[in-house]
Amino acid sequence: MAKSDTPLLDQLGGGKWPSFVDDIKQAAKKKPMAEDLLRQLELSYKEKIGHWKHGGIVGVKGYGAGVIGRYSDRPEEFPNVQAFHTLRVNHPTGWFYKTEALRNLCDVWDKHGSGLTNMHGSTGDIILLGTTTDHLQDCFDDLSAKGFDLGGSGSALRTPSACVGPGRCEWACVDSLDICYNVTMSYQDEIHRPMFPYKFKIKVAACPNDCVASIARSDLAIIGTWKGDIPIDQKEVAAYAAAGLDIQREVCDLCPTRCMVYNGKELKIYDEDCTRCMHCINLMPKALRPGGERGATLLIGGKAPIVEGALLSWVIVPFMKLEPPYNELKDLIFKIQDWWSENGRSRERVGELIKRVGMRTFLRAVGLPAVPQMVKAPRTNPYVFFWPEDIKKKEVK
Amino acid sequence: MPTDIGPPDYKTMLPPVIQRNYGKWRYHEILQPGLMVHVGETGDALYTVRAGSPRLLSTDHIREICDIAEKYCNGYLRFTSRNNIEFLTEDKEKVAPLLAELSRKNYPVGGTGHAISNIVHTQGWVHCHTPATDASGPVKALMEEIYEYFVTMKLPNHVRIALACCLNMCGAVHCSDIAILGIHRTVPKPDNTRVPNLCEIPTTVASCPTGAIRGDTKTKTVSVNNDKCMYCGNCYTVCPAMPIADADNDGISIWVGGKVSNARSKPTFSKLAIPYLPNNPPLWPETVAAVKNIIEVYAGNARKHERVGEWIERIGWERFFSLTGIPFTDKHIDDFNMATETFRSTTQFKWR
Repeated sequence: MAKSDTPLLDQLGGGKWPSFVDDIKQAAKKKPMAEDLLRQLELSYKEKIGHWKHGGIVGVKGYGAGVIGRYSDRPEEFPNVQAFHTLRVNHPTGWFYKTEALRNLCDVWDKHGSGLTNMHGSTGDIILLGTTTDHLQDCFDDLSAKGFDLGGSGSALRTPSACVGPGRCEWACVDSLDICYNVTMSYQDEIHRPMFPYKFKIKVAACPNDCVASIARSDLAIIGTWKGDIPIDQKEVAAYAAAGLDIQREVCDLCPTRCMVYNGKELKIYDEDCTRCMHCINLMPKALRPGGERGATLLIGGKAPIVEGALLSWVIVPFMKLEPPYNELKDLIFKIQDWWSENGRSRERVGELIKRVGMRTFLRAVGLPAVPQMVKAPRTNPYVFFWPEDIKKKEVK
Repeated sequence: MPTDIGPPDYKTMLPPVIQRNYGKWRYHEILQPGLMVHVGETGDALYTVRAGSPRLLSTDHIREICDIAEKYCNGYLRFTSRNNIEFLTEDKEKVAPLLAELSRKNYPVGGTGHAISNIVHTQGWVHCHTPATDASGPVKALMEEIYEYFVTMKLPNHVRIALACCLNMCGAVHCSDIAILGIHRTVPKPDNTRVPNLCEIPTTVASCPTGAIRGDTKTKTVSVNNDKCMYCGNCYTVCPAMPIADADNDGISIWVGGKVSNARSKPTFSKLAIPYLPNNPPLWPETVAAVKNIIEVYAGNARKHERVGEWIERIGWERFFSLTGIPFTDKHIDDFNMATETFRSTTQFKWR
């Protein structure tokens, strides 16, 4: 038997959990690119170091985003991955597919690339891993003919993403899928032609469970919420209790505001104290659900550490009704991006800019009122700025 | 070709049962690990079977997934935000044969409820130019070892694990129950014969969070103050002539206790548990053992419904370190811009 070229990676093949090595090997049967990828990866495993160079500027006509240039630093050894560029393809909102669409994607990618993908990238796009510069335009054209378009990259609006929302979730307070799709279609220019100081991410979660990690991972988080009482189906509460749920211990005692009382028969919620944390609803979906008026809380500024440290998004609009065509939301997005583009430094995220110049400056620029819902507590230091109009002017006599 | 057509309209991808019940779902139940039923106000039921995936998929693997979806789900499926595959069918009769076929074809079914779902991760050595470790490899090695937690629901709550191969955190791992983060530990070495041609000096200087880089605009070169550098690698991202990768010293750090949801407690950052573990491909045994230890201590000690961070918050970090046996070092004490917020200003603490 021939000796394997990839003894280290072979150890990650097979097993109970599906193996990426098996997938690369499967693609390598048809594609010399995938084979060289495997061989270069084996070298990385041996040397404990990556072998990709910074991307040059590559792309498709009319677009400044959507393609990430990638080159091997060992092109003589691995000639088939000398150029190994990535295409980011905007996924269908909610990551729903008919197999026909997936098969189309596979056919295009077998024709033009390595046959390897990520389903999906961290921001949500379909990632087509590895093609050469001369295939980029043709690949784009073929994708376009099948109804697909590129996603964002660089200092652009990144591909917005959304949770499954009303598509399959009883807790959806807003139509996360429609909002995401509407915003995506409205901002094609901003997605495809980088024009901001740095990246800008929008994520839409239909309830506070935030299944798309919007507070942690997006510059603008749109999260469904409600104003009003949680409707209670006491019969279903009793059924959960009968089925073994310890309502006192597992539901009431873990409520962060302790706004629930259970007397062994009936559940009572003091809704004015509820902060809509979802815990009780998560545990008893048949008995409890979001109630009353539906809308969204908007938060701004979330990001990973680079450069000034990681930030979790901050509340800027406690409640906004969100119904098509979402003009109030889009007006606000425009104002935010306009202010940030005007004031942000190169590679400064909007959260970092707000941290640098102050939330009050941001709020005034985009026309939002200061409300207590925005803070955990008021400031503790006395270093307070006042606006000129706050100050009584001396009368000139 | 026309530009800016945007993604395909998701409404064309929704199975009929979803179109009929869109926004009108009443409740859901997890029938067994990896199998959910969602019931609409109409009484319609949608069955979802969730299967793990390596995320890095070949086109032929995707076609196999399509074959399965066509056989049992009229061709409808979706992916989750944690890269799982979800097969969607309204036909209850199809569920058992679907599960049987997935089992025959070695697809792990699970990731629901109080389980460990798929590990969100970055590209690593497969396709990234700044990685401090691989991504797919450590994930595969770890999932192999903690597989039972994917296919069962026996943990106190769900545990979200994520891996990013450098501090750029394309995987935004900073709010995970357990985060695996690739780190460098040595300073970048500017190649000042290449810096003038490849790099913009002000951008490179500004890229440093600690102000460790000085630029000389006359000679268009840069120098690094080694004492101020904490090896984040951001300068290398903007200036390719400042390589930072170091095979002998790059490795992995482990962070714990973060979460993204608003359920019960607030979204929270993960905190440093283990500052450094060596890169040891192909199986990363030190990393796998460290993560498994944290999971098992959590599983054995946390109360029902407590996430890792909520559990640690209740027992205190001093007890977390004593229970897990992880040594506490000066590296655990923050010295970046918000450091003092993490210092203790009370006599209330536990001895262990």
